[in-house]
Amino acid sequence: MAGDTIFALATAAGRAGVAIVRISGRDASALAGQLMSSVPVGRGLRELRSSDGVILDQALVLSFVGDASFTGEPVIELHLHGSPAIVRSVLFALEGHGGRPAEAGEFTRRALENGKLDLAQVEGLADLIDAETEAQRRQALRVFAGGLGALAEEWRRQLIRAAALIEATIDFVDEDVPVDVTPEVSALLTAVRDGMSTQIDGVAAAERIRDGFEVAIVGAPNIGKSTLLNRLAGRDAAITSEVAGTTRDVIEVQMDLGGLAVTLLDTAGIRQTTDIVEEIGVSRAIDRANHADLRVFLVAKGAAPAMKPVAGDLVVVGKADLAGNEEFGVSGLTGLGIDALVGKITTELQARAGLAGVAIRARHRSAMEQASEQISAVLAALHDDVPADLLAEDIRHAIRAVDMVVGRVDVEDLLDEIFSSFCIGK
Amino acid sequence: MFHVKHFDVVIVGGGHAGSEAAWAAAQMGASVALVTLRREAIGIMSCNPAIGGLGKGHLVREIDALGGLMGLAADAAGIQFRLLNRTKGPAVRGPRAQSDRVLYRDYVQNALSELENLSIIEGEATDLRVENDEVTGLILADGSEIATRNVVLTTGTFLRGVIHIGDVSRPGGRVGDAASVAMAERLEGFDLPLGRLKTGTPPRLNGRTIDWSKLEMQPGDTDPSLFSFMSDGAMAHQISCGITHTNAETHDIIRENLSRSAMYGGHIDGVGPRYCPSIEDKVVRFADKDSHQVFLEPEGLTTDTVYPNGISTSLPADVQERYVRSMYGLENVEIEQMGYAIEYDYVDPRALRLSLELKSCPGLFLAGQINGTTGYEEAAAQGLVAAVNAVRRARDQDSVTFSRKDSYIGVMVDDLVGRGVAEPYRMFTSRAEFRLLLRADNADQRLTTLGRDIGTVNDARWAAFNRKSEQIKKGNEVLAKVDLTAREIAGTGAKLNVDGPKRTALDALTLNDFGFDALYQIRPELPDIDRKIAEQIKNDALYAHYIRRQEKDIAAMAKDEATVIPFSTNYAEIGGLSAELVQKLNAARPESLAQARRIDGMTPAALLVLSGYLKRLDSRQVS
Repeated sequence: MAGDTIFALATAAGRAGVAIVRISGRDASALAGQLMSSVPVGRGLRELRSSDGVILDQALVLSFVGDASFTGEPVIELHLHGSPAIVRSVLFALEGHGGRPAEAGEFTRRALENGKLDLAQVEGLADLIDAETEAQRRQALRVFAGGLGALAEEWRRQLIRAAALIEATIDFVDEDVPVDVTPEVSALLTAVRDGMSTQIDGVAAAERIRDGFEVAIVGAPNIGKSTLLNRLAGRDAAITSEVAGTTRDVIEVQMDLGGLAVTLLDTAGIRQTTDIVEEIGVSRAIDRANHADLRVFLVAKGAAPAMKPVAGDLVVVGKADLAGNEEFGVSGLTGLGIDALVGKITTELQARAGLAGVAIRARHRSAMEQASEQISAVLAALHDDVPADLLAEDIRHAIRAVDMVVGRVDVEDLLDEIFSSFCIGK
Repeated sequence: MFHVKHFDVVIVGGGHAGSEAAWAAAQMGASVALVTLRREAIGIMSCNPAIGGLGKGHLVREIDALGGLMGLAADAAGIQFRLLNRTKGPAVRGPRAQSDRVLYRDYVQNALSELENLSIIEGEATDLRVENDEVTGLILADGSEIATRNVVLTTGTFLRGVIHIGDVSRPGGRVGDAASVAMAERLEGFDLPLGRLKTGTPPRLNGRTIDWSKLEMQPGDTDPSLFSFMSDGAMAHQISCGITHTNAETHDIIRENLSRSAMYGGHIDGVGPRYCPSIEDKVVRFADKDSHQVFLEPEGLTTDTVYPNGISTSLPADVQERYVRSMYGLENVEIEQMGYAIEYDYVDPRALRLSLELKSCPGLFLAGQINGTTGYEEAAAQGLVAAVNAVRRARDQDSVTFSRKDSYIGVMVDDLVGRGVAEPYRMFTSRAEFRLLLRADNADQRLTTLGRDIGTVNDARWAAFNRKSEQIKKGNEVLAKVDLTAREIAGTGAKLNVDGPKRTALDALTLNDFGFDALYQIRPELPDIDRKIAEQIKNDALYAHYIRRQEKDIAAMAKDEATVIPFSTNYAEIGGLSAELVQKLNAARPESLAQARRIDGMTPAALLVLSGYLKRLDSRQVS
């Protein structure tokens, strides 16, 4: 039996209703066949037995033939009763018959190698499995469904068309090809650059959806920041006391706000202090507040925020239970105004999350930025007297940058585009 | 019993691949035989009377840089030289010349007849002697046999050639010549993957019956760009071509008679080139166009025959006459020879190694149209590659392969061997990923040293090359020592910031809009630099930034090329390759990782798997 038929438990380890063991490789069916009388076509119920004839379990067996499987090679799934002992004995039997336990991610890797998934889809899949919030799930699914691949394919098509137009003026002089290709090339390149620009802007939002937004609660000491945090978190995450300067370190609480992952930060109250430890806490508070996506400034009635708010930041009167009937105040103690505050934070973050497209990683952004830079250079050069061969070279570079997101370019594509559109040949 | 002669290399066919192969092998000092049906047909231009063009001109320069024959012949026979793409970048400029057919053929025949170690044998090669799967000899139709371990087959369109004019078809390798059926059947015995292609020619016109006074005329360049690095100027009298156009009436005639065309009437199965469509194709595929350009190219100084470029056809004779006469200037034209389509067998070039030797039959080399290419230039370049490797094999030397990063020849051979052909293969500049580096002007800098090592570059060329290289080096040194302020450079009209830093003259030449004329304008005291040398320096400078950017890619390709994949590799044994890729790799048997990379359907992940396997293999062999 060839060593390249792999198997692994595909569901979480431990007791469960069902445990699924997946077998993938050219000889998947033969390997599975060692455990049962016959491997079903499609699906079927089978008794699994060890080589000495002992019954291991009664399992639902699914058979995926040819490349119609997740990995793009023959796959057999054994749906076992979810007992660790059964799983252990089945895995042991499979190894005994010459199968190899899969390495981490090996099924997905095979899907990539066999062209079932592109690189972006693999990234989307990883995110999908890790998704905890609704927004993460939707985003991962968008990428896994091939959203970025489809977009890159479209950019690639447009860039190849632009390159083909220029190549046609190079390789087919004296022939019946369009003489001035500048307007179409310019329109194509501009469209791609604009599309990329939207996606580049969205990467930051996408990263926030995946990794969580940071919201910092900032204000003077003893204004009720920690009490607010505890109220929002629904538990006593931070120590609260009447003593100003109780919070020294930054306290983080993970939450799900309207489907978005949010890390709430409670920070030290900002004031001049001679206490060395408190001073470190204050500078840490300022630093984290500056890097957070959103700041909620708690202020005393009529007081200015501790730092200058930027667009989207919220300024709220703290200890509103004591402050009287304020326009917008909160009290962590009584819960007054909490729903309104959560509503405002959620609305603001959802607006930002809405910018996210299908490009979700720094890798995507840097490839798009590189392509975009080349395209800008070509657009500028189009109207100068730059020779066509240099324009073509820059477009080729842009195409390769786009390909870094998912695939790769081929000169045959250029020629196909040329031949399908023009009358070549005198 | 016939006396059996022995040769190091035997070339079959005297077309452009065969002539170039015979020339190259003889330059290397091997004993060579050229077997051809008719001695007087050697070097005939059987299609259009022109050499060069875009991509093709690059090939001719490379052949010449390697000491080949085609550039010299084309210069001697050139009656109109034009440098195509003159207004575009120098990397994509292609020299082209119209040739006098007679002068061209005579030049080739004379050059070959002067070679003492070349024997020209008239006869039809019908069979190969093969022992233990290796070539040991060639058998002719008269039963005679030539002993050799290396045969270069350059049979062009002759393998089971069929000529079509309308619904009339007959076997033939070219009008006036018989097809080679025996050799085609012999090749079939080797179990080679054969395919069928077609190509076409236009009717030939009698120039005396053309009303030239009505036509727009296109002259050649006043300052001709020649093919050979050894030529100084045009040798033959220079002429102009006429230009006419098809019109609505022409298209109507063609449309009405489409069913009578061999191609549209269903008589032809072969695939034709998309870039050289017949006039029927143009009318059907580009129905919205009501006119196509037609170049009227005289076939020589001593003949009246004119080649109307752009209207190749397989329509019946009476239709050809009608549509040709519908064009202005051709109202009373007489057709000397009808246009025809020709279908022929080709061998899927994926059956070849990069040396153009058949994988399944060591000692048998194929070059030219038999490999699915079209064009004299493509054929000649392959003839050179095959002959060089045939001679090296005769001497038990390793084969020489041409790389995509060094030459168009390398691009072509790699394309053919790696990807095969779906239509007759023609060179384009866009096929070369390192186009900016592979210029027509620097073909000698890229290849002449290699040619000298191989033995195809003679003493005279080698001396001229060294003189030129020395001059370029000196010129670069001088220019690197001249400082120019940005203001001085901008003063000549170049676009740059006048407050920018000063540059050396060499650096200033990297600017698109700053050349030697501008340089001498601000530094008239600089020593004179020869025009050709100056042009080379300017071109190198112009692309310097781009080429630097490509250096990483070039190095990566060199590394991939150096990663050899053993011929005997069992791809099924390498884990992690899909069944489909294993099958493709088994069929292609790539010689290096560079070749594997270009296999259709190859994924980056699979390449990782493959290179990992080769690395493990390598370390095992070392230890």
